[in-house]
Amino acid sequence: MSPGDSDSPYNFAYLDEDTKRMIRRAILKGVAVPGYQVPFASREMPMPYGWGTGGVQVTAACLVPEDRLKVIDQGADDTTNAVSIRKFFERTAGIATTETTTEASLIQTRHRIPETPLTEDQILVYQVPIPEPLRFLEPRETETRKMHALEDYGLMHVKLYEDIARHGAIATSYAYPVRVGDRYVMDPSPIPKFDNPKLSDNAALQLFGAGREQRIYALPPYTKVVSLDFEDHPFQATKAEHDCDLCGASDSYLDEVILDDRGGRMFVCSDTDFCTRRRAAGHVGCLGEPA
Amino acid sequence: MSPARNLAEPAAPARPLLSVAGLGKSYGGRIGCADVSFDLWPGEVLGIVGESGSGKSTLLGCLAGQLAPDRGQVIFDTAEGPQDTLTMSEPQRRRLMRGDWAFVHQNPRDGLRMGVSASGNVGERLMAVGARHYGDIRAEAADWLGRVEIAADRIDDRPRQFSGGMQQRLQIARNLVTNPRLVFMDEPTGGLDVSVQARLLDLLRGLVRQMGLSAIIVTHDLAVVRLLADRLMVMKDGRVIEQGLTDQVLDDPQAAYTQLLVSSVLQV
Repeated sequence: MSPGDSDSPYNFAYLDEDTKRMIRRAILKGVAVPGYQVPFASREMPMPYGWGTGGVQVTAACLVPEDRLKVIDQGADDTTNAVSIRKFFERTAGIATTETTTEASLIQTRHRIPETPLTEDQILVYQVPIPEPLRFLEPRETETRKMHALEDYGLMHVKLYEDIARHGAIATSYAYPVRVGDRYVMDPSPIPKFDNPKLSDNAALQLFGAGREQRIYALPPYTKVVSLDFEDHPFQATKAEHDCDLCGASDSYLDEVILDDRGGRMFVCSDTDFCTRRRAAGHVGCLGEPA
Repeated sequence: MSPARNLAEPAAPARPLLSVAGLGKSYGGRIGCADVSFDLWPGEVLGIVGESGSGKSTLLGCLAGQLAPDRGQVIFDTAEGPQDTLTMSEPQRRRLMRGDWAFVHQNPRDGLRMGVSASGNVGERLMAVGARHYGDIRAEAADWLGRVEIAADRIDDRPRQFSGGMQQRLQIARNLVTNPRLVFMDEPTGGLDVSVQARLLDLLRGLVRQMGLSAIIVTHDLAVVRLLADRLMVMKDGRVIEQGLTDQVLDDPQAAYTQLLVSSVLQV
């Protein structure tokens, strides 16, 4: 008895076909208008809001039986959120899963873009907590919708201005606002701003799902995405100034790991698959052991 | 800082800046304002006085595009020629509101972003019209805060750390920074004590004269219009009952209600 059979308790990929159809329509509209937040009738999922209900619904609507799914949480394949969602789709869709970026046809991610460049055959699905980039500047949804419609985006720069006035530099380090195709200002979900350049001109289809807020938006392949900035304070992708202590990579986004209570710490790649494969290829960082 | 328009520019404007004809708005069966017509010429300050409930604020809201009137025309002399602001598209009207128009609210909380620093508040309009150079925006904001007598070391403080008078001055700076051609003011001195009022009026008068601003000021305070306004409109029950030069109306009121209004000002 596998998911999709007539006697299985679940329809393929958990959601019923009408719901998937509704979500696919929203995705198509999102792809047609890059960066525009398309409302959709988000369903209750068997997990709490904030755990990726939006991403899971988008993934469910995109999955086909031939897909190979990878799920990452802050870059890691082995954290609770990633493991649970992977198991969820193994049980409800019976699809193959993987931890290797290059083997996956669909990647659901929470707050990271894989270090390995994506290809045209892949779909990247983001979990989005708050899709509205203007939310904390203008709380009225009626007003923010108007601002998007009229390209009235001066307020977004007020936020960046405040950052510089208070901290001397743009201190926003994640969920850094971007402008899509010279039109819509978009929240790229809480990815570190280190990942922002990867949004632009990416070969893969990028889909964003916000379950609680009931919004879907999308970046079609090879879309121009520009991070907002000032002429005299240009955008900078930042990371910890260190190499990975396990694989020695100098160009990947790093997590800081506290080792003891005497100030001991190490920096490791946040993308576990990237790090593992580099170590397998013989790269060793200053605290790592040869594979 | 682009030079402010001053009165010495070639005189004799060919057409009014704002031309209002037959404007009316009802709230169900009640009249908000009815049959209001007037012309406002460049560089002119028009005062609208009347008691509470006389339709002053409704009229101002209709003129500034915040309320939708039921009848009439509000023709503004835009850069592309005179246009009816009531029938123009929303993006066009917003562009006017960001650039050519300014609105000073009675309560600074309505016109300021309380969680954003003073310079950020002033810079918002600049950024809305496309300024993208942090240093320039900040210099311009500092210049304007100086003009409204806010000390340079308060530039990064939030408005909620300011006194009421400072908040009102900040709101004025925020509105005037893009060199608007027409300023709407709704009770700009409301809620301030008299000495602060006097300073604010002094400042406003200086700015209005210096920049050659046109303004429409709604107030119930006759002293404010005596100081600022060239021309005066008196409203009662939603209708204009008397209009003319300020001094003329205040010194020689014709309508019974205006006489009552003028005589009820306390003399100290």
